Amino acid sequence: MFEICDLKKGFGTAGARVLFEGLSLRVQRGEFVAIMGESGVGKSTLLNCMAGLEPVDGGSIRLDGTELVGLDDDALAGLRRRSFGFVFQAFHILPHLDVVQNVALPLWLLDADDAEADRRARGMLDRVGLLDRAGDWPRELSGGELQRVAIARALVHRPSLVLADEPTGNLDPARAAGVLDLLLECVRDAGAMGILVTHSRAAALRADRILRLSAVGLLPEAEGT
Amino acid sequence: MSRVLGRIFVASLARRRLATALSLFAIALGVALGLAVQIIHGAALDEFGRGMRLLSGEADLQVAGSRDGFDDALYGRLAMRDEVADASPVVELEVRLPAHDRSLSLFGLDALRVAYVHPALMPQQVDDARRDDVALAALQPDALFLSPAAQAELGVSAGERLDVLAGARVVSLRVAGAVPGAGQGRALAVMDIAAAQQLFGRPGRITRIDLRLKPGIDVGAARDALAADLPAGVAVLTPHAAEELAAGLSRAYRVNLTMLAAIALVTGGFLVFSTQFLAVARRRQEFAFLRALGLGRGALMRGLLIEGAVVGIAGGLLGIAFGHGIAAVAFDVAGGDLGAGYFSGVSPALRFDLAASGTYLLLGVLAGLAGAWLPAREARHMLPARALKSGDEASMFRFHPRPRRAAACLAGAAVLCLLPPLAGVPVFGYLAVALILVGAVLVLPMLVRGVTRVASRPRRALWRLANARLAAAPGQGVVAGAGVVASVALAVAMAIMVASFRDSVDRWLTAVLPADLYVSASPQGTSGFLDPAALARIAALPGVSRTMPVRFDTLRLDDRHLPVSLIARPLDGGKLLPLVGLSVPPSAGEKPAWVSEAMADLFALGAGDRIVLPLGGNPVAFRVAGVWRDYARQQGAVAIELADYRAATGDLVANDVGVFLAAGTSFDTVAAAVRDILGENTVRIASPGEIRARSLAIFDRTFLVTYAMEAVAVLIGLFGVSTSFAVLAIARRKEFGMLRHLGMTRREVGRLITLEGVLTAAAGTVLGLLAGTAVAFVLIEVVNRQSFHWSMDLHVPFGGLLAFAAIVIALAGLAARVSGYQAMRGSALLAVREDW
Repeated sequence: MFEICDLKKGFGTAGARVLFEGLSLRVQRGEFVAIMGESGVGKSTLLNCMAGLEPVDGGSIRLDGTELVGLDDDALAGLRRRSFGFVFQAFHILPHLDVVQNVALPLWLLDADDAEADRRARGMLDRVGLLDRAGDWPRELSGGELQRVAIARALVHRPSLVLADEPTGNLDPARAAGVLDLLLECVRDAGAMGILVTHSRAAALRADRILRLSAVGLLPEAEGT
Repeated sequence: MSRVLGRIFVASLARRRLATALSLFAIALGVALGLAVQIIHGAALDEFGRGMRLLSGEADLQVAGSRDGFDDALYGRLAMRDEVADASPVVELEVRLPAHDRSLSLFGLDALRVAYVHPALMPQQVDDARRDDVALAALQPDALFLSPAAQAELGVSAGERLDVLAGARVVSLRVAGAVPGAGQGRALAVMDIAAAQQLFGRPGRITRIDLRLKPGIDVGAARDALAADLPAGVAVLTPHAAEELAAGLSRAYRVNLTMLAAIALVTGGFLVFSTQFLAVARRRQEFAFLRALGLGRGALMRGLLIEGAVVGIAGGLLGIAFGHGIAAVAFDVAGGDLGAGYFSGVSPALRFDLAASGTYLLLGVLAGLAGAWLPAREARHMLPARALKSGDEASMFRFHPRPRRAAACLAGAAVLCLLPPLAGVPVFGYLAVALILVGAVLVLPMLVRGVTRVASRPRRALWRLANARLAAAPGQGVVAGAGVVASVALAVAMAIMVASFRDSVDRWLTAVLPADLYVSASPQGTSGFLDPAALARIAALPGVSRTMPVRFDTLRLDDRHLPVSLIARPLDGGKLLPLVGLSVPPSAGEKPAWVSEAMADLFALGAGDRIVLPLGGNPVAFRVAGVWRDYARQQGAVAIELADYRAATGDLVANDVGVFLAAGTSFDTVAAAVRDILGENTVRIASPGEIRARSLAIFDRTFLVTYAMEAVAVLIGLFGVSTSFAVLAIARRKEFGMLRHLGMTRREVGRLITLEGVLTAAAGTVLGLLAGTAVAFVLIEVVNRQSFHWSMDLHVPFGGLLAFAAIVIALAGLAARVSGYQAMRGSALLAVREDW
């Protein structure tokens, strides 16, 4: 389970300007939550705080019983390596690795042996429908295909939590729907949790729950708003 | 357009201050070094030429012989010829000054003729009231006139006395006045010719006759006519030809230093290349956006070239200021020949050289433009639609290996090494060096791939990532590693060359100094010598087992070359010489001579050839029995048996004598006994060890400038590595940010950058070592051979080179790590979010 309790984050000297506070959230295994909000309200910052990439000014963040707040940089990095998956708006596929190597990258970081990493990466590529592109270079892929590679990379090491920041922001609506369906499907199949940050109501509607981020916290989005 | 140029292109230089400053500084250093060498040598050559013209005065022709001179009866004969209006005999001597541990050029002139032929050497007596009696005063046998520079350097003024060495005697001369026409730049002394002949034991001998021809006489025709009337070993030259010959001696040295400065400038241009290339990679999306807005391909390329030119202009201007500063310091510290000993006695002064400054500014701009050219072309060919996509900059680093071009460069270098020099300058040797360096840089992408293949064995993620990056983008290795290749190659080449040279000089000194003690009456001058009586007394000293007198002279073999040195001493059939190549013993009745490598090259001689040497005014035939190695006389030297010399000339004096001690005799005892016989301060007594140490110290001083310039080139190369990694790290912030998201720690990202740096530097260093060895071979076998005509044995300082290679790799890793740290200092999140 992923649990945030009374989280506070500020900006400026000693966090003088409060971005958000009193923020709480609980996500169950197999659940996919969408967080929406106006620009500048702190959606991406919240996502970074959840991953231990930005320090917080108060509250707690727990993943499967492990408290993230207070862990040092190395411990956080180790936790991200094992338990987190990321999907970015700009894909961030390494241009100097081929498709299967990009997918295998998290397994490399976990010191998996070559054959095992390759087998699992190919399995994931099969799952996202790109097994026939395994040996291609990223430059040979379309935007939608690159995001499918990113989804495969986010899930190949069987993380507990997948964080996705506007994963369809760079895709046309038809492709966006397909990619998002794939992401949700994969996360649920893996029994992982998913948190999606997006502007897109269409994207958010595919999640199990929609929350709206504001300065006072995360509030359930009213139906039809 | 000008607004776009200013705000988009030139302003970008200000945004990346560190990289711009390093490129600018590198160009400034290259320009400064080149210009300083140019200014220093230009001023020294001017002053040297002025001195030569001063000494030749109004003469149309000069008749010159050996250092020992020729019979002065020739003067009477030439003065009577129809073509000649005025003739002035000269005795030119290097006089040893016992109290000053130096020598002074002394000109014995005919006081009655000096005003017509050498007005600038006209002595002026100190007492103005007796000005009319100058000629008379100058005729007095102990009267010496000093140029202002000589007075200043020796601290002696008119009315005081100056001790000089004549033979093995110290003679006190009266400074009767000055030679004001000689100016401030040249230290010399003038005295009456008859007095000089008498005093220095040269009755009836002169070294030069300066001739002024009658109006309307053709100089060339007169020269040919006179040449037919001259004895062996005496030649007639125009003063200009004499000046050219003398200046030509230092040409190879000057070209060598200019080449080193050019290397620094090329390295500067390379630094502009690496920073511009990486800046273009980083700004690729910006350019694509500008192109989408309607900026033309040509305008984009022009803008980037202007960035390079601006760096070149700024670096060039800074370099001009630095260059004059370096020249000013060098004049004070090392003199006009930068310590190499070519222009001794010449004190040039610093002046602003507009033409040289303009040329070097232009070279600075060219270096900037050349560095910006490839990146600008790359930007010109970019497809905006594709470049707008994130990650397209990776395509810039996909250099294609060019094995054929690399092979062509290396084969071209090999062919160039076989070509002869142009006007005594090893132009093709330098081109071969350039081709080797270009070939090595072309091989680099292949080697980087090879290294990554070997290094891809380990299974750790960092290794895999580093290998994947270098294998997929060998261009990164080329951009960052080419600086390493060039710097390491040059440093290694110079290290091997200098080590080989020093080792060969050391062994040569051991070979040419077989005796236990050396007594030298006149190491470089001609005023001191040991007469037969003195030689006999030294030989008879207790503890002396045998002696080896040495007689030095110069021989003028033709009017196209400088006189060669003659060394006459017991040679034991050549066994006492450091011979190279085959020896051909002369047949019975033939006299053997051994020519130095320089003489063999300059006069196209080899073992077995016949050679005629003018000894005692007569041509004497010798057979070249072998070629020997001589690092002391660039103009060439010939060694003959002392007995042959004495038989041909009847000259029984010696300049030096080598003394072999009996077993159990101490050096100090014999040295003290020699001083007792000859007096204090008349001779120099030294052990072979002292002479060796002194000679090697001079060697090291000569190479000091070379070392300094080389160090600068290596430093600039390392700057390049550091800048390349800094800019690369910044360009890859998104990648590093993503890796941090995936769970890599800062330390691991730092290690990844370091690993890439070390792998790149290792490939560059290995290639640099190989290329440097090849360049050293070219320097030793082609450049040195053609410039200075001497050979040397290859001596590779393996330990030093390995240590140097390790240091370069470590420094490159450190540079990459520090640069990476700087790039990672900003949050990884921001980098990833740049696209959000």
